[in-house]
Amino acid sequence: MSNDWYSDFVNSGVGRTIAGQVGLPPVPRLRRWEPGQPLLSGPALLGTATADGRVAKVVRSLLTDLGIEVHDDPHAPVGGGSSTSKVAAGIVDATGLSSPADLAEIQGFLTPVMRRIGPSGRILVIGDVPAEATSPAVRAARRALEGLVRSAGKEARYGATVNLVHVAEDTVGADLESTLRFFLSSRSAFVHGQRLDVGTVPGFAGSSQGVDWDKPLAGRTAVVTGAARGIGATVAKTLRRDGATVICVDVPSAGDALARTANDVGGSALQLDITADHAPATLLDHAGRHGGLDVVVHNAGITRDKLLANQDRDRWNSVIDVNLNAQLAINDALMASDVFHRGGRIVTVSSMAGIAGNRGQTAYGASKAGVIGMVDATAPLLVEKDATINAVAPGFIETAMTAAMPVGTREAGRRLSSMTQGGLPVDVAETIAWFAQAASYAVNGQVLRVDGQNYLGA
Amino acid sequence: MPSAPSSRPSLPRRAAIVGANRIPFARSNGAYARASNQDMLTAALDGLVARFGMAGEQVGEVVSGAVLKKSSDFNLTREAVLGSRLAASTPTYDVQQACGTSLQTTLLIANKIALGQIESGVAAGVDTTSDAPIEVNEGLRSVLLAANRAKSTAGIVKALAGLRPGQIVPEIPANREPRTGMSMGEHAAQTAAAWGITRQAQDEIAAASHQHLAQAYDRGFFDDLMTPYLGLTKDNNLRPDSTVEGLAKLKPVFKPAGYPDTEATMTAANSTPLTDGAATVLLASDEWAAERGLPVLAHFVDAETAAVDYVHGDEGLLMAPAYAVPRLLERNGLTLQDFDFYEFHEAFASTILATFAAWEDPIFCKEKLGYDEPLGSFDRSKLNVVGSSLATGHPFAATGARIVPTLAKLLHEKGSGRGLISICAAGGQGVVAILEA
Repeated sequence: MSNDWYSDFVNSGVGRTIAGQVGLPPVPRLRRWEPGQPLLSGPALLGTATADGRVAKVVRSLLTDLGIEVHDDPHAPVGGGSSTSKVAAGIVDATGLSSPADLAEIQGFLTPVMRRIGPSGRILVIGDVPAEATSPAVRAARRALEGLVRSAGKEARYGATVNLVHVAEDTVGADLESTLRFFLSSRSAFVHGQRLDVGTVPGFAGSSQGVDWDKPLAGRTAVVTGAARGIGATVAKTLRRDGATVICVDVPSAGDALARTANDVGGSALQLDITADHAPATLLDHAGRHGGLDVVVHNAGITRDKLLANQDRDRWNSVIDVNLNAQLAINDALMASDVFHRGGRIVTVSSMAGIAGNRGQTAYGASKAGVIGMVDATAPLLVEKDATINAVAPGFIETAMTAAMPVGTREAGRRLSSMTQGGLPVDVAETIAWFAQAASYAVNGQVLRVDGQNYLGA
Repeated sequence: MPSAPSSRPSLPRRAAIVGANRIPFARSNGAYARASNQDMLTAALDGLVARFGMAGEQVGEVVSGAVLKKSSDFNLTREAVLGSRLAASTPTYDVQQACGTSLQTTLLIANKIALGQIESGVAAGVDTTSDAPIEVNEGLRSVLLAANRAKSTAGIVKALAGLRPGQIVPEIPANREPRTGMSMGEHAAQTAAAWGITRQAQDEIAAASHQHLAQAYDRGFFDDLMTPYLGLTKDNNLRPDSTVEGLAKLKPVFKPAGYPDTEATMTAANSTPLTDGAATVLLASDEWAAERGLPVLAHFVDAETAAVDYVHGDEGLLMAPAYAVPRLLERNGLTLQDFDFYEFHEAFASTILATFAAWEDPIFCKEKLGYDEPLGSFDRSKLNVVGSSLATGHPFAATGARIVPTLAKLLHEKGSGRGLISICAAGGQGVVAILEA
């Protein structure tokens, strides 16, 4: 955050006063996760839209087992305070909607929640999957939740997030646990105004039994490509923090930074051009040292930005090769090899540019949209190995690359989002680490934006 | 012929070469001008640690050395290990055998592994010709030591009164043999002349070295042997477009003393440049490697060190390998032709050519080696197939630890086979070794 002078200013004593008087937008300081941190920093409000709601019970038992104070009434006095005291979370079980009329119950719950939600609080709406409904009224009601959540996201303040989780018909409580923990904890600090589907790829299998939630990747071996620096290096460190053994991969010319990352995380360094024909075999061979692979994070990516009118074939191909073809080839090898263990996780990195498009980035945008197509088609193929594939789509993330942007572009990138700031590499890494958990077995084929609800392509 | 064991007692086990890391080699006073031996050795060790996931681990021993070494670096390897990601409980020691240093450190590690005294070890070497030690000259040193010994102020003043302006001039290390006063190039020129080594033959060796090294880089051969350092990703002495015709245009130097009818044949291209760099090799028992799922590229079979009397004139300074190899072959029941790869350190192109000529010469083989038949020639297409010192450069003590993993990887790629390593060293010494996969 150190180079975000505006954020530093409006969060300083004098700056806060001036900003308040002249109406400058505030930049909330986001609560971020660290080992040992409780799931929520205070009490939670838990609402149900209908008597048919099927997840409230799961949420309640999760929270009460953790010793968190839970109230059904959104006006309940909490923590020994009053009916307006701040809460850490407002969770709505919005499953079982039969028509748009049921939405009023949700409004009635969320209106006081919006007033009471504390700094970096969590508002989470859990609904059914619209596409599973055949009745127009039911599907309309389910789909309405997305508009509600995305709009509420633009109203939330002080680093509070508002997100929507769709739960497929066949999912049971345990299938939701890692997802609930992610969205409620500060691991999802910069995930805001988003929707995620759980259990929508049929045939999933796994367990949340006996997970050490402070080390959810314990005993797992992960590969991170592009690990020498930037987001990749942070991903490696985050996976390590969560207990994984990490194989750090980057091009040979980045080998010195790669060695530092690998040594920092106590992992191994593999200098490899992932576009080489032998790359998948070399990767699997190296992973054999660690007894196989559980997690592959396709983070390596390049940009060769040019206006389409000025683009040339070599630049175009290099972007498609690194950002897309290399991932496809490695995924094919993973699916064909026992080195990639049952219950494995593939996590790839798409981009806001792949969703919204970006001037000068036709090649990059094409490659990152292609990643989404790859995730869609690969997800059902992985079910037979109890494996999953998901993508994270970062928005404006503070890296060396964004630090080098022109001021205007950088400021627009930061402020044109509900959180009025750029995310940190660790925000992307936390999402990847959650996808990588064994306990996230019901999360497959998803693309989750980590962008503080950026206005581009939203 | 000097006596050596004529057959090798069988050892309990052979040490495995597991892998390696070096930094790209840099021409003197270039990319690494401000890097010390300790900086470079630490970087090379950290790259090795990263490659094999050994952060915080203890290995049996790290043995390294440097030829050009500051007196403050008396514990160079230990200091580098303490600054590296290896466990601080890793023991070390320093060795110095000129250009043979890190082949000798490889041998020392391999022997301890073979004897079961250690399970793993890192052999290394480093040298800088840029950050070279500079000593006060002998006169000044004597005066200062005398002052230090003085017991009274008057004594100190008296001792210091002995200072003379000429004593201010420091001693800068030179590539020169103390006992002959001749540079290594002058010695090599004499040997080349004695064996009639032509300019053309030397340039062919040099051009091939550059071409082979360039091809090796292109096919990613060094991707798992090297880690970039201070902005270098390749040896910066490499000239991929070197040709015999191009090299023929360079001006020769070192007119051989004592050979009035022989022209100078040695050039900047067919002699190694002064170079900075560091190299490391990870050796282990097969069991240690297997426990970690690490590969065994090749095994260290045997080695031999020889020395020649170049001072009194009966042999060339860099000809010791011509004696070491026959002894090594005999002990292992092999002939010169029994190898798939020949890795000969190219101190000068003429050096290895003179060595080959000696082995083809019945008189040398009879009179110097005591053989009725010459060792003969070998298939030159198997020589330095991924380039050698003329292209990579030659940080003296690091060269052995460059060559050992190069050969080990070549054997591993081939799947099986045997390779011969030969390194000549200042002081008339030479270290040679056999690897097998």
